[in-house]
Amino acid sequence: MEHTAVLPAEAHETTTGLNHRKVLMWAFLGSDCMLFGSLIGTYLVYRGRYLAGPKPTDVFDIPYTSVSALALLMSSLAMVLALAAIQRGDIRRLKIWLLCVAGLGLVFIGGQVYEFTSFGEEGLNLAVSTFGTTFFVLTGFHGTHVTFGIVWLLMIWIMAKRGQMTQARSLDVEIAGLYWHFVDIVWIIIFTVVYLIPV
Amino acid sequence: MATLTAPVAERGLLARPIEPTGVWSWLTTVDAKRIGILYGVTAFIFFLIGGTEALVMRTQLAVPDSRLVGPGIFNAMFTMHGTTMIFLVVMPLSVAFFNYIVPLQIGARDVAFPRLNAFSYWVFLSGAVLMHLSFVIGQVPDTGWFSYANLTERAYSPSAGVDFWVVGLQVLGIASLAGAFNFLVTIINLRAPGLSLMRMPLFTWTTFITSILMVLAFPVITVALVELMFDRLFGTNFFNTAQGADPILWQHLFWVFGHPEVYILILPAMGVVSDVLPVFSRKPLFGYPFMVYAVASIAFLSFTVWAHHMFTTGLGPIATSFFTASTMLIAVPTGIKVFNWISTVYGGSISLKTPALFALGFIAMFTIGGLSGVMHASPPVDTQHQDTYFVVAHFHYVLFGGSIFGLFSGIYFWFPKITGRMLDEKIGTLHFWLMLIGFNLTFGPMHFLGVDGMPRRIFTYPAEMGWGTWNLVATIGAYIIGLSILVFIVNVFKSLRSGDRAGADPWDGRTLEWTTSSPPPHYNFAEIPVVHARDDFWVQKYPDLAGGHGGEIIASAPVAVAAAVGHDEHVYVHLPDPSYWPLITASGIFVAGFGLLFFMLLLPVGLFVVLFGTVGWSTEPVNG
Repeated sequence: MEHTAVLPAEAHETTTGLNHRKVLMWAFLGSDCMLFGSLIGTYLVYRGRYLAGPKPTDVFDIPYTSVSALALLMSSLAMVLALAAIQRGDIRRLKIWLLCVAGLGLVFIGGQVYEFTSFGEEGLNLAVSTFGTTFFVLTGFHGTHVTFGIVWLLMIWIMAKRGQMTQARSLDVEIAGLYWHFVDIVWIIIFTVVYLIPV
Repeated sequence: MATLTAPVAERGLLARPIEPTGVWSWLTTVDAKRIGILYGVTAFIFFLIGGTEALVMRTQLAVPDSRLVGPGIFNAMFTMHGTTMIFLVVMPLSVAFFNYIVPLQIGARDVAFPRLNAFSYWVFLSGAVLMHLSFVIGQVPDTGWFSYANLTERAYSPSAGVDFWVVGLQVLGIASLAGAFNFLVTIINLRAPGLSLMRMPLFTWTTFITSILMVLAFPVITVALVELMFDRLFGTNFFNTAQGADPILWQHLFWVFGHPEVYILILPAMGVVSDVLPVFSRKPLFGYPFMVYAVASIAFLSFTVWAHHMFTTGLGPIATSFFTASTMLIAVPTGIKVFNWISTVYGGSISLKTPALFALGFIAMFTIGGLSGVMHASPPVDTQHQDTYFVVAHFHYVLFGGSIFGLFSGIYFWFPKITGRMLDEKIGTLHFWLMLIGFNLTFGPMHFLGVDGMPRRIFTYPAEMGWGTWNLVATIGAYIIGLSILVFIVNVFKSLRSGDRAGADPWDGRTLEWTTSSPPPHYNFAEIPVVHARDDFWVQKYPDLAGGHGGEIIASAPVAVAAAVGHDEHVYVHLPDPSYWPLITASGIFVAGFGLLFFMLLLPVGLFVVLFGTVGWSTEPVNG
């Protein structure tokens, strides 16, 4: 290949001045809103129409789930601090806060695994009722999103450990942060709709 | 000394492929123009498959009490015909033009995400192949292109056909989303200097709006498909009425996607026609801002009309009234577009070349389909027509008479740009008239059959019903359409072998794609153009007549435009190198889908390949 005037695609100025990947992430989040909107809509349509199996009031332990929800929400604070760290070029604190975000995310996922298991022991599963079906698929989709976010943040952490993350790449953290905050916000809605509002 | 200062190429997991030609160059290409050609050729092959399925149905229905194919095969034919024509023909054919034409129209050298774009094509191909594997094992989807619950539950559709449909469509959805994200960002972010939104050609506008529709509509069908797949594979109860589930939920989710999808199919064709008519009338597009706002309002309203597909389910008076009103409302911006196209042609110096013929055919046929469509905003009329051939006639007038005619207009218009050779005008004219006559013979009589009560999706009918004559006419029409497609294929091969050389600007065009050579160089433009006006190229060619009307322009000689045309060997523009990762990641999705259908153990293997592909992709240096 010719090596004169090598310009990476991103070095070109964009029409809006916004980075391509950032615009892409916003578009993706718009799309994901419709995904969760459809899943939450499905849950709401079937709310209270449960012919068999345990009812929500039989299985939910709201104080317990509130704690894991709090862990997830606190992770957003750590995410903000991680982004602030890399924007000042403080890679040491970036690594700490990234681990903190991922750790709090893991607390949430661990809580979900425990919750799913204990619900299963009480007789709630995918097939037993429309409650089981809609509950597990909705919260499972959200849990998958969180898990994906954790893997993503840990990849950034590994790159930071290898010295590949510099102040100039703060956008990478910012975009991962957009995703992470979105997943948190979705949980606020799911937690309210599924757990807090009584059937 | 150069060796000392040469940059050490960063290496990812795999070195970038380097072959400029041959099979590998196509498998690893990230060039939007090549991906456009891949999309177009693949879509055309599926057009032939879907058309053959239509001919099987028409042959079966030609005479009453026919036993040529049984009801089982007939069900499979109408299911795969609908699914193929929508997801594997009209959408990818539109996407082919997005890929080839939009970067040229906005004065860009490339798209925003070249690898995501390549990924989109390979995932599309995977989904199409997965769905068609059902023919290999002889369990073809047979529940209609909308696959209403709860007919699709394992208990009522025990064959694997629905599984192929569900998995195939989910994979196709990933492809559509990837493509839509790419074009959304490309149009927002890669416009040439001066190309403000209200200077963009209409085809770019419709691509932009269509991408937004895809981004917002496809997640909804994805959820519906996931729910159906979980019901079939894991015994969930989304559509299991025995557990109190409501099958109407499927219809809501499906049509919340399905109605925007209708506009995903028609808007690109409207964009093509809006770009073709000004060129062949030698007049600017009439009411450009109104055209733009009409496209935007159609897109917005398309999310508010879905339940007009469901009037017969008994939604209650309030919902029915709302959806009646919104459906009538969406006819307003659509009507504005029709009047603006007619006004564009009015008073122009019209040259009836093949692209113009197809564009005019589009206006006439789409208007008929639009009128029969707005009839169905009225619930009593809709209830009468539901599931009759009248509805089949209606949507073929908009999707064939509209989308396919519009896209053929685009093919004749841009073929010279893509191949450097003109399609033959005489053969093209023959193709147009055969297709127009065949189309109206096929679908015109279906209005009568529908009003006479002939239901859709029946494999035969008794002679006493008196439907034989019009069905025979429709079948003859269908074969004339088939003949017209053969004429088109002859035209393409003749043109590729011995067609006239096109030159950069064969039609005296108005927009940026005509300023570069045909076919364009890899980098599209040696120098990124600077745009000063709407229809910038036209204004440059005829500066004293900008915005003028037909008659005057003929008298004016075009001024020489100093366009940097041709393969200037002194130009070094470094574009993203080809990459293996889109293909690897897409193949992981194929293996995962294959696993869901045949051998569950392959599912984690496929997902692992996707993960491996994603890591390799994200760590690949931009220029290797």
